[in-house]
Amino acid sequence: MENVAGKNGRSPSRVLKVLLRNRLAVLGMIIIVLLVLGAVFAPLIAPYDYARQRLDRGYETSSKDFWLGTDEYGRDVFSRIVYGARISLAVGFLTVGIALSMGILVGVSAGYYGGKMGGVLMRLMDILLAMPSILLAIAIAASLGPGLFNLMVAVGISNIPRYARIARGSVLSIREMEYIEAAKAVGSSDLRILTRHVVPNCMAPLIVQATLGIASAILNAAALSFIGLGVQPPFPEWGAMLSEGRQFIRELPHLTIFPGLAIMFTILGFNFLGDGLRDALDPKLRR
Amino acid sequence: MLRYVTWRLISLIPVLVGVAFIVFTLLYITPGDPARMVLGDLATDDMIAEFREREGLNDPFLLQFGRYLYNAAAKGDIGKSYMTKASVSSELRASFPDTFKISIFAILIALILGVPFGIVSAVKQYSIFDSITMVFAMVGMSMPVFWLGLLLILTFSVHLRWLPSSGLDSFSAMILPSATLATQSLAIITRMTRSSMLEVIRQDYIRTARAKGQRESVVILRHALRNAMIPIVTVAGVQFGVLLGGAVLTESIFSIPGVGRLMVSSIKMRDYPIVQGGVLFIAFAASFVNLIVDILYVYIDPRIKVQR
Repeated sequence: MENVAGKNGRSPSRVLKVLLRNRLAVLGMIIIVLLVLGAVFAPLIAPYDYARQRLDRGYETSSKDFWLGTDEYGRDVFSRIVYGARISLAVGFLTVGIALSMGILVGVSAGYYGGKMGGVLMRLMDILLAMPSILLAIAIAASLGPGLFNLMVAVGISNIPRYARIARGSVLSIREMEYIEAAKAVGSSDLRILTRHVVPNCMAPLIVQATLGIASAILNAAALSFIGLGVQPPFPEWGAMLSEGRQFIRELPHLTIFPGLAIMFTILGFNFLGDGLRDALDPKLRR
Repeated sequence: MLRYVTWRLISLIPVLVGVAFIVFTLLYITPGDPARMVLGDLATDDMIAEFREREGLNDPFLLQFGRYLYNAAAKGDIGKSYMTKASVSSELRASFPDTFKISIFAILIALILGVPFGIVSAVKQYSIFDSITMVFAMVGMSMPVFWLGLLLILTFSVHLRWLPSSGLDSFSAMILPSATLATQSLAIITRMTRSSMLEVIRQDYIRTARAKGQRESVVILRHALRNAMIPIVTVAGVQFGVLLGGAVLTESIFSIPGVGRLMVSSIKMRDYPIVQGGVLFIAFAASFVNLIVDILYVYIDPRIKVQR
């Protein structure tokens, strides 16, 4: 059953095939591709610079000049949302990058070597898991101070335990496989066994978690910015935009509605794709 | 059973000490001198030196942590607010009831709606009801809590004028914040109930129960649901912890004077002892909820033997 191509014996092309049959997963992929394109080509798509102020044209609703209206400083909301995709995607991918790589390091070493060190590492992960991740992120961000980089570190660290636990769980079963024994018998070094055999084989559940993790990272980052701990003005982070628009919710609801929609569709895209990936990679959980 | 609960309570101690360690370390590395924070900008250097000596701020890190731990365990003292000078624990005690109230209300909404929706979705898999429920659940999971709260205020308070947008004085005031807080958990519990039920209703004993001529409602509610309950209860327990933490955003939107809003306003004022104390406090609460969930397992499923 088990082979080196994938824990569930599924090659990438087969996974893609299953994924493409899942309509919601395809919808998720389309949303993500559009977002990435929007982020990359933001200067071409956005009609104005995200920070350009026109104080004489503040507080406007949708019009031909400003598709989604303007904010209190007369900045174009549509342009800000387009540029905001850059921040949110960067936050999503980088925080998950931090969490995933640290999580693999911790989980794989705890699972493969075990022993006291492994026990201590996993207890540390349990302790971190005892705090709701948004709170842990708040505590870390409060200590580091506001800012984009600190925000990513805070959200990244708060998510390490999830990946560490999944990695450790997979490693514990992979460790006992015959091919690991075979690799040891032919004299492979630990490093080679880990990088060539163990890590690739525990990737499937981690990829699923990472895709869903991007969604929750973007959500947590927006939440932190919303309460003033994340991205600072004038950068158009969607959560921060919501927070700024909130005071005008009665008169200018567009300042709250559009950034929120941007967050929701982004999260929806990653959640759809993550769900589809789980179905494709883990037949046990298939509907 | 008593031994199990005692043992679980004891095993909670290292986790809580660990949480306290992390929180204390974060507070320790936070830039800014606590002495200056407490005494204000007008304090002289002498006053600050005297304060640091008196409060033990010049002691080594581990000694300070030991004292923090001792004060927390023996006296329930986890520091003083920089702003109000009141003890952090008294501030938290004053604000916790409101957080607890909306969290309880929210988890009840999530369970009362989520479990039936999940059951019907599973029983009528691939039906229109199932598809609509699952799309709604996904949207619910993807909505930022703070945005949903603002939209609800916009709709029900600003336009329709049906419900108040702030406070917790009346039952009607509790509806919007609780609904906001409940949405994500409702979505997660619905999905979990559905997938857990789907797994169970394919089992042989369900077919046997049907073959015996049991009514469908008995098959589903007595035979299937009972066996599908464990993952649902687990998720509900985790979600309650998340709700206590997630209340941070909901409370600040609806101006509810709970732990969350206290923490958010403290972040803005750089009143870090309150922030860290709040994290510690909610981690405590979440751990206790997990303990209660583990004890519930034994009642739901007698096959789970109390271990140790």
